[in-house]
Amino acid sequence: MSDISVNIAGLKMKNPVMTASGTFGYGLEFADLVNLEDIGGIIVKGTTLNPREGNDYPRMAETPYGMLNCVGLQNKGVDYFCKNIYPQIKDIKTNMIVNVSGSCPEDYAECAAKINDLENIPAIELNISCPNVRQGGMAFGVTTDGASQVVRAVREAYKKTLIVKLSPNVTSISDIARSVEDAGADAVSLINTLMGMSIDIERRKPRLSIKTGGLSGPAIRPVAVRCVYQVSKAVNIPIIGLGGIMTAEDAIEFFMAGANAIEIGTGNFIDPAISVKVAEGINSWLDAHGCKSLNEIVGVID
Amino acid sequence: MKQCKDLKVVAVEYPSDGYVLLKLTDDMPFTDIRGGQFVEIKVEGSPKTFLRRPISVNYVDLEKNELHLLIQLVGDGTRALSELKVGDSLNVLFPLGNGFTQGTAGEKVLLVGGGVGIAPLLEYGRQLVEAKAVPVFLLGGRSSKNLIMLDQYKSIGEVYVTTEDGSMGNKGFVTDSDVLKESSAVKFDRISVCGPKPMMVAVAKFAKQRGIKCEVSLENMMACGLGACLCCVEKTVRGNVCVCKEGPVFDVNDLNW
Repeated sequence: MSDISVNIAGLKMKNPVMTASGTFGYGLEFADLVNLEDIGGIIVKGTTLNPREGNDYPRMAETPYGMLNCVGLQNKGVDYFCKNIYPQIKDIKTNMIVNVSGSCPEDYAECAAKINDLENIPAIELNISCPNVRQGGMAFGVTTDGASQVVRAVREAYKKTLIVKLSPNVTSISDIARSVEDAGADAVSLINTLMGMSIDIERRKPRLSIKTGGLSGPAIRPVAVRCVYQVSKAVNIPIIGLGGIMTAEDAIEFFMAGANAIEIGTGNFIDPAISVKVAEGINSWLDAHGCKSLNEIVGVID
Repeated sequence: MKQCKDLKVVAVEYPSDGYVLLKLTDDMPFTDIRGGQFVEIKVEGSPKTFLRRPISVNYVDLEKNELHLLIQLVGDGTRALSELKVGDSLNVLFPLGNGFTQGTAGEKVLLVGGGVGIAPLLEYGRQLVEAKAVPVFLLGGRSSKNLIMLDQYKSIGEVYVTTEDGSMGNKGFVTDSDVLKESSAVKFDRISVCGPKPMMVAVAKFAKQRGIKCEVSLENMMACGLGACLCCVEKTVRGNVCVCKEGPVFDVNDLNW
């Protein structure tokens, strides 16, 4: 057995596999199908200060080795989360992490402050990269000034582990990563979805209600590996890699590119137990390759 | 309790052009499935198919412990499913969704199906009979070719048929059926519908006019099937809700139709 426990800026995880926001509900939806406590961390659905209805249907289109979505941050707001959902998830014995989104720095900070008070939420993931709402954060995530403005505001309000999720829809993801590190982020996670579009040629209409959406799944994996590699050369804070991971071997690629942990998103839709299978697979791979700990392979690509 | 496991294919039948009927079995009994619930199938051997395919439960044969799925061939995924062989295994996530309202003894329920939407009504009808309720089927199709496995429906309850080309039963849509006429001798307590949206909207309108309780089964495009991805939402009086989890069956009064 190799040592696959990780410590992401104070966030201790039994294994480096987390489930990505928006793909695993609040964990409870998967409780019949996988032992939640065997997952390193569960990042719950994007939460905003006020309730959001999200975008109109259709919100999803299948694409080659992936899918587009334009859900648009549908959620019942942070107060509902604290009152009704938190009590149901607080005793799950793994890291329950909340993904926080907003439309202005003040909203982000207020939402984060409310979650700061929840004892059993050890970290938040700040979504400054949602492509599906006009003011859904991506406006912040695509400029270094915007990104650091939001992160600074949240850093004041939030005292535990602060992970910032980065968008790949930028000219230089390294520049954005450096700016959020300077603004006080404890770790970065990347990548969020890539902006995409699909058209139903018979109907001459876009497949998604708001025309464009975020592309996820194995189709984006090489882009994600490249982003992780570039960011790992730019910052000193831990990196959580995600983008189309379906197997342990996919995860190993991210570690070698410089990720300290990974998230699985769209893969949860194909196999609800994929996160635990990937964690076991990472262990086996390390054993088979004579590695005593995960650290031996993190960032081995120079 | 939901499960995700490999089920064994025991029969692959072709009841009509463009349809495949898969019969699956397992070591564990299929006791926990409600009529109107669905499964999500992982499709192998179809490079263009990435997500699971949601398919309604057509029938549960408790004696043989078989789960039957009646599938219309519409794209690459369903075509790959039609090429399965006896002995193959199929990864299935089930049972999903809420299912139709459970029957109570003595009530008469009209089950209206259109096209491949007739599929889940067979199992629902069987469960209604089990609950000592009385199912009456009203099944519509483009032509007699789309009205498949009628003998099975007839073994469970009375069957009325409409076809758009008049090749069987009343000519026209299900709403043109004699059984829905004011003068019809057949009376029922409520209606359950599964089929194309325009058909369901028409039946819902009819039910509202007559003051009959009516539920419909939706088939919005979905990914996870578990209420996590929020892709398959329908607008309801309670806001956007997941068809996969809070549906697929909805009381028509809850929908913004």
